[in-house]
Amino acid sequence: MRISVNGAAQEVGETSLAALLEHLGYSGACVATAVNGAFASASARGQTMIQNGDEIEIVGPMQGG
Amino acid sequence: MQVYGVTLGSRLMLGTSQYPSPAVLTEAVQRSGAEVVTVSLRRESATARAGQAFWQIIRDLGVHVLPNTAGCHSAREAITTAKMAREVFATNWIKLEVIGDHDTLQPDPFELMEAARVLSQDGFEVFPYTTEDCVVADRLLQAGCRVLMPWGAPIGSGRGLNNPYGLRSLRARFADVPMVIDAGIGLPSHAAQAMEMGFDAILLNTAIAKAGNPAAMAGAFRLAVEAGRAARLADPIDARDMAVPSTPVFGQAFAS
Repeated sequence: MRISVNGAAQEVGETSLAALLEHLGYSGACVATAVNGAFASASARGQTMIQNGDEIEIVGPMQGG
Repeated sequence: MQVYGVTLGSRLMLGTSQYPSPAVLTEAVQRSGAEVVTVSLRRESATARAGQAFWQIIRDLGVHVLPNTAGCHSAREAITTAKMAREVFATNWIKLEVIGDHDTLQPDPFELMEAARVLSQDGFEVFPYTTEDCVVADRLLQAGCRVLMPWGAPIGSGRGLNNPYGLRSLRARFADVPMVIDAGIGLPSHAAQAMEMGFDAILLNTAIAKAGNPAAMAGAFRLAVEAGRAARLADPIDARDMAVPSTPVFGQAFAS
Protein backbone atom coordinates (compact mmCIF):
# COMPACT_ATOMS: atom_id res chain seq x y z
CA MET A 1 0.00 0.00 0.00
CA ARG A 2 0.99 3.58 -0.56
CA ILE A 3 1.50 5.92 2.37
CA SER A 4 3.23 9.21 3.06
CA VAL A 5 6.04 9.53 5.61
CA ASN A 6 7.07 13.08 6.43
CA GLY A 7 5.61 14.21 3.13
CA ALA A 8 7.37 11.58 0.97
CA ALA A 9 5.52 8.70 -0.69
CA GLN A 10 6.41 5.19 0.45
CA GLU A 11 5.32 1.70 -0.58
CA VAL A 12 4.92 -0.58 2.41
CA GLY A 13 3.30 -3.90 3.20
CA GLU A 14 0.92 -4.53 6.05
CA THR A 15 2.62 -3.15 9.13
CA SER A 16 2.15 -1.52 12.48
CA LEU A 17 3.46 1.96 13.15
CA ALA A 18 6.09 0.50 15.48
CA ALA A 19 7.33 -1.89 12.80
CA LEU A 20 7.33 0.88 10.22
CA LEU A 21 9.59 3.03 12.40
CA GLU A 22 11.99 0.16 12.87
CA HIS A 23 11.94 -0.61 9.14
CA LEU A 24 12.72 3.02 8.32
CA GLY A 25 15.68 3.14 10.72
CA TYR A 26 14.30 5.07 13.67
CA SER A 27 15.13 2.41 16.27
CA GLY A 28 16.27 4.03 19.48
CA ALA A 29 15.55 7.56 18.24
CA CYS A 30 13.71 10.07 20.42
CA VAL A 31 10.81 10.82 18.07
CA ALA A 32 7.08 11.37 18.25
CA THR A 33 4.51 10.31 15.70
CA ALA A 34 1.19 11.38 14.26
CA VAL A 35 -1.10 9.54 11.86
CA ASN A 36 -3.39 11.62 9.68
CA GLY A 37 -2.89 14.63 11.94
CA ALA A 38 -3.68 12.81 15.17
CA PHE A 39 -1.06 12.08 17.82
CA ALA A 40 -0.01 8.42 18.01
CA SER A 41 1.76 7.79 21.31
CA ALA A 42 4.82 5.58 21.57
CA SER A 43 2.91 3.12 23.69
CA ALA A 44 0.19 2.80 21.01
CA ARG A 45 2.50 2.31 18.01
CA GLY A 46 2.46 -1.46 18.28
CA GLN A 47 -1.34 -1.53 18.02
CA THR A 48 -1.58 1.19 15.37
CA MET A 49 -1.94 -0.56 12.00
CA ILE A 50 -1.01 1.47 8.94
CA GLN A 51 -3.76 1.88 6.35
CA ASN A 52 -3.45 2.67 2.66
CA GLY A 53 -3.23 6.42 2.17
CA ASP A 54 -2.14 7.18 5.72
CA GLU A 55 -0.08 10.28 6.27
CA ILE A 56 2.61 9.61 8.89
CA GLU A 57 4.58 12.32 10.62
CA ILE A 58 7.78 11.45 12.50
CA VAL A 59 9.26 14.40 14.37
CA GLY A 60 12.25 14.93 16.61
CA PRO A 61 13.80 17.72 18.68
CA MET A 62 14.68 20.91 16.84
CA GLN A 63 15.92 24.38 17.70
CA GLY A 64 13.05 26.72 18.53
CA GLY A 65 12.35 30.30 19.50
CA MET B 1 9.74 33.90 40.08
CA GLN B 2 7.40 30.95 39.98
CA VAL B 3 5.77 29.45 36.89
CA TYR B 4 3.49 26.49 37.32
CA GLY B 5 5.05 25.72 40.69
CA VAL B 6 8.65 25.87 39.43
CA THR B 7 10.92 28.46 41.02
CA LEU B 8 13.25 30.18 38.57
CA GLY B 9 16.27 32.20 39.63
CA SER B 10 16.63 33.90 36.23
CA ARG B 11 14.02 36.08 34.57
CA LEU B 12 15.55 35.66 31.13
CA MET B 13 14.46 32.80 28.89
CA LEU B 14 16.18 31.99 25.60
CA GLY B 15 15.23 30.52 22.29
CA THR B 16 17.72 28.07 20.81
CA SER B 17 17.33 28.83 17.12
CA GLN B 18 19.50 30.66 14.58
CA TYR B 19 22.82 30.41 16.46
CA PRO B 20 25.94 30.12 14.28
CA SER B 21 26.94 26.87 15.99
CA PRO B 22 25.99 24.59 18.88
CA ALA B 23 29.04 25.83 20.78
CA VAL B 24 27.91 29.44 20.49
CA LEU B 25 24.40 28.44 21.60
CA THR B 26 25.84 26.73 24.67
CA GLU B 27 28.04 29.69 25.55
CA ALA B 28 25.16 32.15 25.08
CA VAL B 29 22.83 30.18 27.33
CA GLN B 30 25.50 29.96 29.99
CA ARG B 31 26.35 33.69 29.80
CA SER B 32 22.67 34.63 29.92
CA GLY B 33 22.05 32.76 33.15
CA ALA B 34 18.77 31.51 31.62
CA GLU B 35 17.18 28.51 33.29
CA VAL B 36 14.55 28.01 30.59
CA VAL B 37 15.16 27.48 26.88
CA THR B 38 12.62 26.97 24.13
CA VAL B 39 12.77 24.10 21.69
CA SER B 40 10.63 22.81 18.87
CA LEU B 41 9.78 19.76 16.78
CA ARG B 42 10.42 19.15 13.12
CA ARG B 43 10.43 16.17 10.79
CA GLU B 44 13.30 13.91 11.73
CA SER B 45 15.40 12.06 9.16
CA ALA B 46 16.14 8.45 10.08
CA THR B 47 19.65 8.76 8.65
CA ALA B 48 20.77 12.27 9.66
CA ARG B 49 19.08 12.21 13.09
CA ALA B 50 19.99 15.89 13.57
CA GLY B 51 17.41 16.27 16.29
CA GLN B 52 18.98 13.64 18.47
CA ALA B 53 22.31 15.47 18.60
CA PHE B 54 20.58 18.78 19.33
CA TRP B 55 18.58 17.23 22.15
CA GLN B 56 21.76 15.95 23.77
CA ILE B 57 23.22 19.48 23.71
CA ILE B 58 20.13 20.84 25.44
CA ARG B 59 20.11 18.09 28.03
CA ASP B 60 23.75 18.81 28.81
CA LEU B 61 22.82 22.43 29.60
CA GLY B 62 20.74 21.25 32.55
CA VAL B 63 17.98 23.81 32.03
CA HIS B 64 14.20 23.61 31.90
CA VAL B 65 12.86 22.98 28.42
CA LEU B 66 9.85 24.85 27.07
CA PRO B 67 8.70 23.25 23.80
CA ASN B 68 6.81 25.44 21.36
CA THR B 69 4.16 24.87 18.71
CA ALA B 70 5.79 27.27 16.25
CA GLY B 71 4.43 27.06 12.74
CA CYS B 72 0.96 25.88 13.74
CA HIS B 73 -1.98 27.74 12.24
CA SER B 74 -4.89 25.90 13.83
CA ALA B 75 -5.88 24.59 17.23
CA ARG B 76 -5.84 21.05 15.85
CA GLU B 77 -2.25 21.33 14.61
CA ALA B 78 -1.14 22.94 17.85
CA ILE B 79 -2.82 20.30 20.02
CA THR B 80 -1.21 17.44 18.09
CA THR B 81 2.16 19.16 18.15
CA ALA B 82 1.87 19.76 21.90
CA LYS B 83 1.14 16.11 22.52
CA MET B 84 4.13 15.07 20.42
CA ALA B 85 6.31 17.59 22.29
CA ARG B 86 5.19 16.26 25.65
CA GLU B 87 6.29 12.79 24.65
CA VAL B 88 9.66 13.83 23.17
CA PHE B 89 10.66 16.37 25.82
CA ALA B 90 8.96 14.74 28.82
CA THR B 91 7.38 17.96 30.10
CA ASN B 92 3.85 19.29 30.51
CA TRP B 93 5.05 22.78 29.65
CA ILE B 94 4.06 24.04 26.22
CA LYS B 95 4.66 27.44 24.66
CA LEU B 96 1.48 27.65 22.69
CA GLU B 97 1.83 29.49 19.39
CA VAL B 98 -1.04 29.52 16.91
CA ILE B 99 -0.24 31.95 14.14
CA GLY B 100 -3.01 33.91 12.48
CA ASP B 101 -1.18 36.17 10.05
CA HIS B 102 1.68 35.22 7.74
CA ASP B 103 3.29 38.66 7.62
CA THR B 104 3.16 39.71 11.27
CA LEU B 105 3.10 36.21 12.79
CA GLN B 106 0.40 37.63 15.03
CA PRO B 107 -1.35 34.97 17.12
CA ASP B 108 -4.84 33.84 16.16
CA PRO B 109 -6.75 34.48 19.40
CA PHE B 110 -9.68 32.22 18.52
CA GLU B 111 -7.62 29.14 17.68
CA LEU B 112 -5.25 29.97 20.55
CA MET B 113 -8.04 29.96 23.12
CA GLU B 114 -9.47 26.69 21.83
CA ALA B 115 -6.07 25.01 21.94
CA ALA B 116 -5.36 26.45 25.39
CA ARG B 117 -8.66 25.09 26.70
CA VAL B 118 -8.14 21.59 25.32
CA LEU B 119 -4.51 21.36 26.39
CA SER B 120 -5.14 22.71 29.89
CA GLN B 121 -7.85 20.10 30.39
CA ASP B 122 -5.37 17.47 29.22
CA GLY B 123 -2.87 18.36 31.93
CA PHE B 124 -0.62 20.68 29.96
CA GLU B 125 0.84 23.79 31.60
CA VAL B 126 0.29 26.30 28.86
CA PHE B 127 2.40 29.39 28.14
CA PRO B 128 0.29 31.13 25.46
CA TYR B 129 1.97 33.50 23.01
CA THR B 130 -0.58 36.28 22.80
CA THR B 131 -0.95 40.01 22.23
CA GLU B 132 -1.53 42.77 24.78
CA ASP B 133 -5.32 42.39 24.34
CA CYS B 134 -6.89 42.30 27.82
CA VAL B 135 -10.00 40.40 26.70
CA VAL B 136 -7.96 37.65 25.08
CA ALA B 137 -5.81 37.49 28.19
CA ASP B 138 -8.89 37.08 30.38
CA ARG B 139 -10.20 34.28 28.17
CA LEU B 140 -6.85 32.51 28.23
CA LEU B 141 -6.84 32.62 32.02
CA GLN B 142 -10.39 31.26 32.03
CA ALA B 143 -9.20 28.49 29.70
CA GLY B 144 -6.73 27.37 32.35
CA CYS B 145 -3.52 29.27 31.57
CA ARG B 146 -1.60 30.42 34.64
CA VAL B 147 1.07 32.33 32.72
CA LEU B 148 0.72 34.76 29.83
CA MET B 149 3.27 35.60 27.16
CA PRO B 150 2.31 38.86 25.46
CA TRP B 151 4.39 40.00 22.53
CA GLY B 152 6.53 43.09 22.58
CA ALA B 153 6.47 43.30 18.79
CA PRO B 154 6.26 40.81 15.92
CA ILE B 155 8.60 37.82 16.17
CA GLY B 156 12.12 38.61 15.00
CA SER B 157 11.37 42.29 14.34
CA GLY B 158 13.60 43.64 17.10
CA ARG B 159 11.30 46.65 17.50
CA GLY B 160 10.99 46.49 21.28
CA LEU B 161 7.68 47.31 22.94
CA ASN B 162 5.37 48.44 20.15
CA ASN B 163 2.46 49.32 22.41
CA PRO B 164 3.69 50.36 25.85
CA TYR B 165 0.28 51.71 26.83
CA GLY B 166 -1.44 48.42 25.98
CA LEU B 167 1.21 46.39 27.78
CA ARG B 168 1.00 48.67 30.83
CA SER B 169 -2.78 48.22 30.87
CA LEU B 170 -2.44 44.46 30.61
CA ARG B 171 0.08 44.42 33.46
CA ALA B 172 -2.21 46.50 35.66
CA ARG B 173 -5.35 44.55 34.77
CA PHE B 174 -3.85 41.18 35.77
CA ALA B 175 -1.33 42.26 38.39
CA ASP B 176 -0.86 38.83 39.94
CA VAL B 177 -0.47 36.75 36.76
CA PRO B 178 3.11 35.86 35.78
CA MET B 179 3.75 37.51 32.42
CA VAL B 180 6.70 36.93 30.12
CA ILE B 181 7.31 39.38 27.28
CA ASP B 182 7.88 37.13 24.29
CA ALA B 183 9.00 38.29 20.87
CA GLY B 184 10.08 41.54 19.32
CA ILE B 185 12.84 42.41 21.78
CA GLY B 186 15.87 43.76 19.92
CA LEU B 187 18.06 45.44 22.52
CA PRO B 188 18.84 45.03 26.21
CA SER B 189 17.18 48.43 26.78
CA HIS B 190 13.91 46.98 25.48
CA ALA B 191 14.16 44.17 28.01
CA ALA B 192 14.95 46.59 30.81
CA GLN B 193 11.95 48.72 29.82
CA ALA B 194 9.63 45.73 30.00
CA MET B 195 10.98 44.71 33.39
CA GLU B 196 10.66 48.29 34.68
CA MET B 197 7.00 48.14 33.62
CA GLY B 198 6.53 45.17 35.92
CA PHE B 199 6.66 42.22 33.58
CA ASP B 200 8.06 39.14 35.24
CA ALA B 201 10.47 37.83 32.62
CA ILE B 202 11.70 38.16 29.03
CA LEU B 203 11.86 35.47 26.37
CA LEU B 204 13.95 36.23 23.32
CA ASN B 205 15.92 34.52 20.60
CA THR B 206 16.87 36.52 17.53
CA ALA B 207 18.39 39.51 19.36
CA ILE B 208 21.04 37.26 20.89
CA ALA B 209 21.42 34.55 18.25
CA LYS B 210 21.89 37.01 15.37
CA ALA B 211 24.07 39.48 17.25
CA GLY B 212 27.67 39.79 16.09
CA ASN B 213 28.76 38.30 19.40
CA PRO B 214 25.87 36.22 20.77
CA ALA B 215 27.55 35.30 24.05
CA ALA B 216 28.41 38.90 24.83
CA MET B 217 24.89 39.99 23.94
CA ALA B 218 23.51 37.27 26.20
CA GLY B 219 25.52 38.76 29.03
CA ALA B 220 24.20 42.23 28.21
CA PHE B 221 20.60 40.99 28.29
CA ARG B 222 21.24 39.30 31.62
CA LEU B 223 22.37 42.60 33.11
CA ALA B 224 19.47 44.50 31.54
CA VAL B 225 16.85 42.11 32.88
CA GLU B 226 18.39 42.23 36.32
CA ALA B 227 18.62 46.04 36.22
CA GLY B 228 15.04 46.41 35.03
CA ARG B 229 13.75 44.13 37.75
CA ALA B 230 15.78 45.92 40.42
CA ALA B 231 14.43 49.26 39.20
CA ARG B 232 10.87 47.99 39.35
CA LEU B 233 11.35 46.87 42.93
CA ALA B 234 12.92 50.25 43.78
CA ASP B 235 9.67 52.06 42.86
CA PRO B 236 10.58 54.44 40.00
CA ILE B 237 9.43 58.05 40.01
CA ASP B 238 6.60 59.22 37.77
CA ALA B 239 7.54 61.11 34.61
CA ARG B 240 6.68 64.82 34.54
CA ASP B 241 6.13 67.20 31.67
CA MET B 242 7.95 70.15 33.24
CA ALA B 243 11.34 70.51 34.89
CA VAL B 244 11.75 70.43 38.65
CA PRO B 245 15.13 71.65 40.00
CA SER B 246 17.11 68.95 41.73
CA THR B 247 19.56 71.39 43.35
CA PRO B 248 17.96 73.27 46.26
CA VAL B 249 17.02 76.84 45.32
CA PHE B 250 17.14 78.03 48.94
CA GLY B 251 20.11 80.34 49.58
CA GLN B 252 21.02 80.71 45.95
CA ALA B 253 23.47 83.58 45.23
CA PHE B 254 22.30 86.49 43.09
CA ALA B 255 18.70 85.75 43.97
CA SER B 256 16.66 88.92 44.23
